[in-house]
Amino acid sequence: MSWFKRMASPKVKGDEKASVPTGVWKRCDGCGAVSVAELVKQALETCPQCGYHFRIGGRDRLRTFLDPDSIYEVGARLEPLDPLEFKDQKRYLDRVRAAQKSAEEPEAFILATGRLKGRPIVAGTFEFRFMGGSMGSVVGEKVTMAFELGLEQKAPVVLFSASGGARMQEGILSLMQMAKTSAAISRFRESGHPFVSVLTDPTTGGVAASFALLGDIIVAEPGALVGFAGPRVIEQTIRQTLPAGFQRSEFLLDHGVIDMIVGRRDLRDRIALLFDHLS
Amino acid sequence: MSRELEFERPVLELERQIEELRRLAAGRDQLAATVADEGRLKKKKKADGTSMMQLESQILRLEEQALTLKGQIFSRLSRWQIVQVARHPQRPYTLDYLQSAFADFVELHGDRNFGDDPAIVCGLAKLKGESVMVIGHQKGRTTAENLRRNFGMPRPEGYRKALRAMRVAERFGLPIVTLIDTPGAYPGIGAEERGQAQAIAECLEGMAALKVPVVSVVIGEGGSGGALAIGVANRVLMLEFSIYSVISPEGCASILFKDASHAERAADALKLTAPDLTALGVVDQVIKEPLGGAHRDHPLAARRLQEALHTELSELVKMKPTELVDDRYRRFRALGAVTEGAVRELDPPEAQKGGSTKRRPASGKTKGART
Repeated sequence: MSWFKRMASPKVKGDEKASVPTGVWKRCDGCGAVSVAELVKQALETCPQCGYHFRIGGRDRLRTFLDPDSIYEVGARLEPLDPLEFKDQKRYLDRVRAAQKSAEEPEAFILATGRLKGRPIVAGTFEFRFMGGSMGSVVGEKVTMAFELGLEQKAPVVLFSASGGARMQEGILSLMQMAKTSAAISRFRESGHPFVSVLTDPTTGGVAASFALLGDIIVAEPGALVGFAGPRVIEQTIRQTLPAGFQRSEFLLDHGVIDMIVGRRDLRDRIALLFDHLS
Repeated sequence: MSRELEFERPVLELERQIEELRRLAAGRDQLAATVADEGRLKKKKKADGTSMMQLESQILRLEEQALTLKGQIFSRLSRWQIVQVARHPQRPYTLDYLQSAFADFVELHGDRNFGDDPAIVCGLAKLKGESVMVIGHQKGRTTAENLRRNFGMPRPEGYRKALRAMRVAERFGLPIVTLIDTPGAYPGIGAEERGQAQAIAECLEGMAALKVPVVSVVIGEGGSGGALAIGVANRVLMLEFSIYSVISPEGCASILFKDASHAERAADALKLTAPDLTALGVVDQVIKEPLGGAHRDHPLAARRLQEALHTELSELVKMKPTELVDDRYRRFRALGAVTEGAVRELDPPEAQKGGSTKRRPASGKTKGART
């Protein structure tokens, strides 16, 4: 992008944003181009112009990743309890109810069995819109179940992460989910089947520091923010502004943290190929 | 470098008075001894004798008072006050315990990849005559030491060193003791570049699979993932006035209460004390601290730690390697609070179709659930 365009863009941006009717058009957060929302959807929530990856809902993720008509959800009824009786400005369970309403999901993780190009697999994904994809007992339980299912059914596991980390409102129990899920992976390794972890924007905190970075193969979507500490925490700690691209997928590839970056539209092909090699 | 906690002050004040009276008494004793053989002051000595007795009884009375007061204060500490005790700069750290509760310590250094992280100390030591591997976070007491030890906040090298040391222990059949005391893993640029999250994750998985007994003790601050990384143990113990939490009360307050000054409320909400965590099943045993906290009596704290570790390990060494792994798995597998499915759902797809919640009529099947 030339600097001339960059200079000119802010004004236009402001005006156009207001005039774009929601539902029909979608503006790209990456390049600013406005596309027909239906086309963005067909491109699996990526920008048809620049390939920018929008965040995608958990259910859409599984529906577009797994073979059609092959998906069976597991543990759909799991909901959190509140043993800490946690209350900040709101009661925890009230927050959960509100999140269930706004995200149209009972929790922040969806687990399913299904097929990928005919191969039976276990697949799970975060729903980031549910309390920032935070990992509490239910998420930890479902992730653990994913590995137990994989072990039992001798099937590979693929998990899509999108999470701010542990869910504070469940206190120490949310922290313990890190140990629980990691221990489950340790058992799953005996199955002889691979665990492919797909890191999507954003994957930080307790989720990054447990199962998400324990994949036999670790794949990241382009431009995903992945790290232990969030950028704001790091900036406050070191009192410096972070360089552009810090903790993004490309940075992680450079630093040897992940195996590859794969665009969303290629994920099915690429992961099926990986399973073909490994399973 | 001593720091007084506000709620400790009444006790410390009493103790200062006692100290002064003692000095006074000692001074008189000396005076009495030097003048005794001179004979000519016999009369005065007699007079001193009575006031000496008064002094003694006053000291005794004050000591009793201090003890009662200490007992009262420390049996009623708020969670936020316990946070203060857990962070007390005079509280015994890993290296202190290595000198007192253990013997023959040999430190091991380095992660064999990048460097040696002084925020985690690893090494071989003897616990009541038996060799064990000890791994613990290490804070500093002076500014210089704190800079070197990074305030007990490990970088990836620290976790990689810890896991390496655990594997050495496993190879030689030694039990592992970990001492947890960290504000958290370090959030810095270098730490991220070298894979902080991955280093912690590897520790969690690695510990879960260890074929030797592992006992962890939270001795001070159990700060989130950076603490848990060395805490996947068969038995998790906590010193009475230590804390263990998913986030610091300050961090929680600034996010959920939008203001770090609400840390006190956050500490209550987080339920981060030893009794809280015992009730939640996260902690197996609480080790009683000396009256007034471990920082008031290092040797006694060390003896109690030694005793507790010895008891736990004596039981665990009887277990077979696979039993130890299974025991650890069961322990952590059970943690969490969920409803309507704590039991695993492995129903065949047909059975699942009908078993959906009221809220989501199509939830049995993902396909087309969003209608």
